[in-house]
Amino acid sequence: MQETLTPQTLGAAPLSEVEAGTSLSRDAWHRLKKNKMAVASAVILVVLSLASALAPWIAPYSYEEQNLALRAVPPRPGHWLGTDALGRDQLTRLLYGGRVSLMVGIVATGVALLIGVTYGAVSGFFGRKTDVVMMRIVDIIYALPFTIFVILLMVFFGRDIRLLFVAIGAVEWLTMARIVRGQVQSLKKQEFIEAARALGLRRRRIIFLHMIPNALGPIIVYATLTVPAVMLLEAFLSFLGLGVQPPMSSWGLMIKDGADRMEECPWLLIAPGMTLAATLFCLNFLGDGLRDALDVRASKD
Amino acid sequence: MALKGSGTNFSAVNSGHGLLDARFALGTYSRLISLTMFRFIAKRFFETIPVLFVIATLTFFMVRLAPGGPFTAEKSIPPEIQKKLEAFYGLNKPLSQQYLDYMGNLLKGDLGPSFKYATWSVNELIWSAFPVSLELGCYALAIALLLGLSSGIIASLRQNTATDHVPMSLAMIGICVPTFVMGPLLILVFGLGLGWVNASGWDSARDRILPSLTLGFYYAAYIARLARGGMLEILNQDFIRTARAKGASSARIVFRHALKGGLLPVVSFLGPAIAGLITGSFVVETIFQVPGLGRFFVTAAFNRDYTMVLGTVLFYAVLIILLNLVVDIVQVWLNPKLRFD
Amino acid sequence: MPLLAVNNLRTWFHTRNGVVRAVDDVSFEIEKGETLGIVGESGSGKSVTCYSLMGLVPQPPGRIESGSAVFDGQTDLLKCSTEELNRIRGKRIAMIFQDPMTSLNPYLRIEGQLIEPLLIHGVHDRAEAIKQGIRALEEVGVPDAAKRIRSYPHEFSGGMRQRVMIAMALITKPELLIADEPTTAVDVTVQAQILELIKKMQTELGMAVIWVTHDLGVVAGFCRRVLVMYAGRIVESAPTEQLFYRTKHPYTRALQRSIPALQPKGAELYTIAGAPPDLSRRIEGCAFAPRCEFAQDKCGKPPIELKAVEPSHATACVRMQSNEISL
Repeated sequence: MQETLTPQTLGAAPLSEVEAGTSLSRDAWHRLKKNKMAVASAVILVVLSLASALAPWIAPYSYEEQNLALRAVPPRPGHWLGTDALGRDQLTRLLYGGRVSLMVGIVATGVALLIGVTYGAVSGFFGRKTDVVMMRIVDIIYALPFTIFVILLMVFFGRDIRLLFVAIGAVEWLTMARIVRGQVQSLKKQEFIEAARALGLRRRRIIFLHMIPNALGPIIVYATLTVPAVMLLEAFLSFLGLGVQPPMSSWGLMIKDGADRMEECPWLLIAPGMTLAATLFCLNFLGDGLRDALDVRASKD
Repeated sequence: MALKGSGTNFSAVNSGHGLLDARFALGTYSRLISLTMFRFIAKRFFETIPVLFVIATLTFFMVRLAPGGPFTAEKSIPPEIQKKLEAFYGLNKPLSQQYLDYMGNLLKGDLGPSFKYATWSVNELIWSAFPVSLELGCYALAIALLLGLSSGIIASLRQNTATDHVPMSLAMIGICVPTFVMGPLLILVFGLGLGWVNASGWDSARDRILPSLTLGFYYAAYIARLARGGMLEILNQDFIRTARAKGASSARIVFRHALKGGLLPVVSFLGPAIAGLITGSFVVETIFQVPGLGRFFVTAAFNRDYTMVLGTVLFYAVLIILLNLVVDIVQVWLNPKLRFD
Repeated sequence: MPLLAVNNLRTWFHTRNGVVRAVDDVSFEIEKGETLGIVGESGSGKSVTCYSLMGLVPQPPGRIESGSAVFDGQTDLLKCSTEELNRIRGKRIAMIFQDPMTSLNPYLRIEGQLIEPLLIHGVHDRAEAIKQGIRALEEVGVPDAAKRIRSYPHEFSGGMRQRVMIAMALITKPELLIADEPTTAVDVTVQAQILELIKKMQTELGMAVIWVTHDLGVVAGFCRRVLVMYAGRIVESAPTEQLFYRTKHPYTRALQRSIPALQPKGAELYTIAGAPPDLSRRIEGCAFAPRCEFAQDKCGKPPIELKAVEPSHATACVRMQSNEISL
C-alpha cells in the first residue's frame, strides 16, 4: 500500500518536552477510554492473555496427555471443549495454543518493531540518497509475497519454533519502517530538532532519544495492528503444517485438525476458529480505537 | 526527471469534432505510450531484475543446504530421480560451473526435475496446475472487486447510516475471520449441513462457488473498507464543494470527481492483494481439494520436494512482479501527481 | 425587483458540543449588477451565509432552520428541489472560493473542470465547449491558453489557479457571482490583479457580485454597499462611503481603527479587546456588547434588530438607534 498514512493524517502532536516519556497524551487516552468497543476489546484481550499465560497452572490436563478411552468426544463436563482423535483435551490445547499465539505476538512484533523502527528512522533522518535507496528496497520487497519466502525458510531450515518467530517478524517490518520514516521526516522539520542539532547533539542521539519517542504514537498503533497479522501468519503456517509441530499445540494446528474431521467432530473446528477470530477482532478494534484516539481528524463523526 | 504532462500536445483538442468516447480512448492510448510511461516501465524493469537475480541465487544455495537433498550424505532419493538431479545440477562439476548452468537453465525457463515424481519435471507440474489456480484467482478477485467496491462506495455515500454500518461491520468480521476458518465453516454450513454444494472438488460449476467466495471474501472486506475510507476522504475535500457549486448532480460528482481519487487506496492495495490471493490459494485449495498450483505447493513443501518448492516460488515471484508492474501503471494513470516524480 | 432577496436566514450546526448558531437571522437584498460586500472576522458567519444560499452547507451537522432566499423573484433557493438548485448553481449563480489549491480537482485536467459548467448546463458539443474554455482562459489572462488548458492544477501557480477558478465560474455568464475571500490565499501583488480582473468581468457581464472578505481595504475599492457581520448577525448595512466616513456601529468603528495602515506610526496597534463570542451558547442581546466601549445594560436585552436610521443605512446598535451616542 502506498503511504496512506502520513504524519498529517495521523496528526501525532509533538510532545512539549524533548525527553522520552509519555507515549499517549492525556487527550488521546481520554478519547480511547470513551471508545467502548476498544475498551471492551482490550478487556477481552487481557483476559485471554492471562488465561493463556497461566495455562500450565490452570489447564485441567497436559497438552499432550492422551486419553485413548475418550477419543473424539464432544463437549461435556470434564472436557468442556471435547477431545480430539487422540483423546487430548481441547480446552487445554486451546489455552496452550494461546500461549504460542501470545509469544508469537510479542516476539514477532518485537522483531518487526526493532527492524522497522530503526530502518525507518535512519532512512527518514538521513534523507536524500540514503532515503531513496532504502525506500526503494522497501517498495520492491513490499510487493513480493514475503509469506512465501517464510514458507521457503520453514521448509528448508527446519522446524525450530524460534526461527518461526523471527521469520514472521521479518515479514512485518515493512509497514512499520514506512510509518516511522514518514514521522521522522515531518519531525525533522520541526524546531526542536533544529535546536538539538544546534546544541551539537550527535545524530544517533537525536534519532533515538528525541525523534523516536515523539513518533511513538503511530508506532504503538501499528504495533497493535501488527500483532493480529503476525498471529494470523503463525496460524496460517501451522495450518499448512509448516509452523508449530505436534504434539505442541497451536490454534492453527487445531483448526487444521478440526477441518480434517469436520463431519464427525465439528467442535474441533469451532472452538479454535472462533477464538482466533475473536482475538483478531479485538486486536483490530483496539488498533482502530488507538488510531482514532491519536488522529486529530477522527473520521467517525 | 520532471516531464510536463502537456507534452502530449494532442491536436485533437482543436480538431473540431470527435465523440467524447473516441477522444477519451485515443487520449488514454496516447498517454499510455507516452514517453513518461516508457521511462517508468523501463525503470521498474531494471529495478526488479536484480531482485530476481538475488532470489535465483539464493535458491541455488538453498538446495545445497537442504537436508535430505541430493547434496547431503543422507541420500533418501530414488536412483532415477537422483540421476536427473545430477544432470540438472551438474553435481560433479565445479561450483561456479554449476551456478552458471543453473542460471542458464533458469533463463531458459527450465526449473528442473521434481524431487518426488520421477517422470515429471517441475515445469510440467506447474503448467498442469496453474490454469486451475488462475481460474480460482480470477473469480476471487472479481468477487473482491465487485462486492468490495460497491459496498464501500455506497457506504461512503450514506455515511453513518445502516447502509454504512452494516456492511462495514460485516467487512470487519470478514477481515478477522481467517480464510482457513471461513472455508471449513462454509463447508460445514453449505456443504455438509444444507447440502447445496459439494464439500470439495473442482468438477462442476457449482464447485467453484465456495472456494472462490472463501478466497475472495477477505479481500472484498478489505477493499470495502478501503473504498469507503478513500471515498470519504475525497468527498470531504474542497473541490467536491466546487463541483457542487457548479450544479453537478450527485452521480456526476461521484463518478467524475470522486472515484478517481477515492479508489486510489484500493488500487494501491491490489499489489499486496495479488500476493495475498496467491498465498490464500494455498489454504483454499488445500481445504477444498482444488487441483491447483497452491495445493501442489503445499504438498511439495510438506514432502520436502525442494525443486518443486523452489520452482514454484520463482514462478510466483515473476508473476507477482509482472502483475505489480501493471498495478503501478494503473496507479500512475489514475493519479497525475505521481507522473512527475 | 431585487435579484436576490434573503430573509431571516438561520443556519445552525448541531454538534456534540451544542448548537452553533453560525447564521442567526440574516436578511439582505442585492440588485442586478450591484456589488455588495460582506465583511466580518472569521467566525462571523459570512461564508456560511453564502454556503447556505448555494446549498453547500453539509446537512448532517448543519441545518437551515428558517428563512428564504428568493432568486429573481421566482425561486426560493432554500426550499427548492435539488434539481432546480442544480439548474441555477453554476449557471445563473456562480461561486469562487478562497483556496484555489484545494478547490480544484487535482486528479483532473483543467480542461475537464473548466468546461464542466457548460456541459452541465446545456452545451452538448464538447469541442465547442473547449473553444469557449480557451477563450475564457485568455480573458482572465492565462498565457498560452490552448496548451495550458490540458495541464493539471498543480502545474499552475496560486494566482493562475485563482484565475482559472474565475474563468470557470464565469464561463456560463452568471447573473450573480459570490466571491468567498478569493484574494486571501494569494500574494499581495496577485490580490490586486484578481480584484481588477473581477471588476473587469463584472462590467463586461453586468453581473452582481457578493464579495465576502475580512479586509476592509478590498471592500473600499470595489463594493457599492457593505454589510458588516458579527457573530452570525448583520450589525450594519450601508453604502460604502457612509460606512467608512459615517459609521453607525461601534464594531465597524473598531474594525476601522484596527487597520494598521491607517494608524499613526509608532503608536501601539489598536486591537479590539476580548474575543468573539462562543456561538454554541445562546446570546442574549447584542453580541458585541461584552467588547463594546459604549455598552450599557439595555444592550444586553433583546430584541436587537437591524433598523434603518437613515435612508439605506441601517444599524443594529440600540444606542445608535436611539441617538444616545455618536461615533
